Amino acid sequence: MLSANLSAIFYLVSGVLFILALRGLSSPETSRQGNFFGILGMVIAIIVTFLSTGNFSYGFIIVLLFILVGGSIGAFIAYKIPMTAMPELVAGFHSLVGLAAVFVAISAFLNPEAFNLGLPGNIKLGSLIEMSIGAAVGAITFSGSVIAFLKLQGIMSGSPITFKGQHPLNAIILISIIILIYLLCSTQSSNLFWILLAVSFLIGFLLIIPIGGADMPVVISMLNSYSGWAAAGIGFTLENTALIITGALVGSSGAILSYIMCKGMNRSFFNVILGGIWCFR
Amino acid sequence: MEIDPLIFRLSIFILSIFVGYYVVWSVTPSLHTPLMSVTNAISSVIIVGAIIAGLSGNSDTIFNTSSIFGFLAIALAAINIFGGFLVTQRMLAMYKKKKKDK
Repeated sequence: MLSANLSAIFYLVSGVLFILALRGLSSPETSRQGNFFGILGMVIAIIVTFLSTGNFSYGFIIVLLFILVGGSIGAFIAYKIPMTAMPELVAGFHSLVGLAAVFVAISAFLNPEAFNLGLPGNIKLGSLIEMSIGAAVGAITFSGSVIAFLKLQGIMSGSPITFKGQHPLNAIILISIIILIYLLCSTQSSNLFWILLAVSFLIGFLLIIPIGGADMPVVISMLNSYSGWAAAGIGFTLENTALIITGALVGSSGAILSYIMCKGMNRSFFNVILGGIWCFR
Repeated sequence: MEIDPLIFRLSIFILSIFVGYYVVWSVTPSLHTPLMSVTNAISSVIIVGAIIAGLSGNSDTIFNTSSIFGFLAIALAAINIFGGFLVTQRMLAMYKKKKKDK
């Protein structure tokens, strides 16, 4: 079993590799090398997590099995997909990250003892705040990406769907999410946790439907940024530096990339974090 | 007085935000999509949390509700890791080919 200090150092190494990956992808000469750094960072992060849990029994095999199944599905999609379908593929992949973040948050909420976060119904306040933010952002990423995917794939009409009172409605829902998180933290009620998830799924859906198909790349990058913030939120809950570093990296670089693309398309500035509402009006 | 470990984590978080902010500014426009795809692949580092969640059960109860959510999250993140990096590689290979043709 790897000590907590040693695993933190290895997580730092994989964080640095991820930085090099992003840097490498910024210029054509270093791009392939960048992708390699990314893969290396991911492999280190996964191996270190295995070693630090020190659990090499039955559970370990099951984890490997799930990685193998997921990995082969992913590899299959990556080889089969036509290159013209790239944007919707990336959108589809985002939805998976969002959903995974939601699942991890649910897991931590149901069994906080295993994560050292307190007892069910009496979770440490800080952890509960971080967990609910991670879950809410993850849920928004999931439903938003699903809509982006459906629009790009042509399953859903690519034209913007708008209705009267859309912006006030979105504002009310966003405020209600904050209120729900506050109530959840003061009552620890599991019902509120499920309601929070449902409302977050709903707002992800509502935020993306008014955006037209042509503007989708910007939105996908923005959702990418959200998935980073969700990972960082979970990282604070699990006190895991790999998730915090990488989440923050992805969160800010995704936001900047969507800003750069927005500017390239002569769109206004304010979409960076809340997209859709202002940028594409 | 001891510093709360949360402050350290917060420092790491804030500094990483700045690194992410500065590192992508100079990206070549033709690399927007590959960069997006690699960022997406990297964000599946959430698998670290998923593995911890999946192995959270004790030896008698490998499958409780909590760990099942962890296992599902592992599979979702794994799709993304393999798919994300492979697709990026494919895009970059195409980019290289185009350049040679010119």
